Amino acid sequence: MSTTTPRIGRRFFIAFLAAALLIAGVVSFYASGHPDGLEYVAKSTGFLDSAADSAAAGSPLADYGVAGVKNARISGGLAGIIGVLVTLLLAGGLAWVLRRRTGNAPEA
Amino acid sequence: MHVPDGFLDVPTSIATGVVAALGVGLALRGARKELDERTAPMAGLVAAFVFATQMINFPVGAGTSGHLLGGALAATLVGPWTAVLVITVVLIVQALLFADGGLTALGTNITLMGLIGVGVSWLVIVVVRRLLPKRLSSIPIAAAFGALLSVPAAALAFTGLFTLGGVADIPLGAVATAMVGWHSLIGIGEAVITGLVVSAVAATRPDLVYAARPILAATRLEVRQRGVSA
Repeated sequence: MSTTTPRIGRRFFIAFLAAALLIAGVVSFYASGHPDGLEYVAKSTGFLDSAADSAAAGSPLADYGVAGVKNARISGGLAGIIGVLVTLLLAGGLAWVLRRRTGNAPEA
Repeated sequence: MHVPDGFLDVPTSIATGVVAALGVGLALRGARKELDERTAPMAGLVAAFVFATQMINFPVGAGTSGHLLGGALAATLVGPWTAVLVITVVLIVQALLFADGGLTALGTNITLMGLIGVGVSWLVIVVVRRLLPKRLSSIPIAAAFGALLSVPAAALAFTGLFTLGGVADIPLGAVATAMVGWHSLIGIGEAVITGLVVSAVAATRPDLVYAARPILAATRLEVRQRGVSA
């Protein structure tokens, strides 16, 4: 390996982020509406009723929609895009703060 | 598998909150060794990608569905400690902004999908990587096996927590069988998606696959030694 750490590269970064934005912003509309495994099991074995509303249920983005946007495709897509960008900034920012400042990547 | 508020009682939720806090604290220390100027942006990308894919519920039959948990994918691409942080950030964003997964259940969800999902994934990946030939093409297979087993493992862990602190009085055998059964099917979807995404990254940028580093290092060493002896 060279003495400088190779960067992630603009092309790779844009391609990976574009994939995430496309999945969250467009493809998510076509996701299965069936309950997930846990919810299904909770219902079939009889403990779904013990679920309580989250204190965040009043969030303008609750349940992956933007409050006030009527069109389901746009509302869900917009919520997905916001979620992707917020997650990118939080996780990327945290990792950037924690990173080692100098030297090569260790060989795991 | 996002656990809502109310499924587990307060003592159990507090206990999983403590476990999650300790686990994330360890991950904050461990991730420093994994993260550099190349892998830090990758951690952000992987978190964004896991958030996106978790919006895609795929049908698994009989009126139920599942989505990627992402522990194996994240551990393979950015390393296990960073993966715990990645999944934790995704779960916090989902719980606070999207009301997906309860707030008092946040510690439970971080424990199940962050600590157990990533931990089991990484153990399986390391074992399978050791058993397979030392080639780059072995990494997506190892990642897929990690994914496959991590989902039922997290489901089994939920059943354990439900045994300790489930609010409803339900026969536990029924919960355990149904949870592990359905999540074994979801695990197959998790394995397929994880294998495909890791393959795609390994094909374009193998240097950005954390789990491939020992293999890439061994290959470089071999080339270098041949170069010296020639």
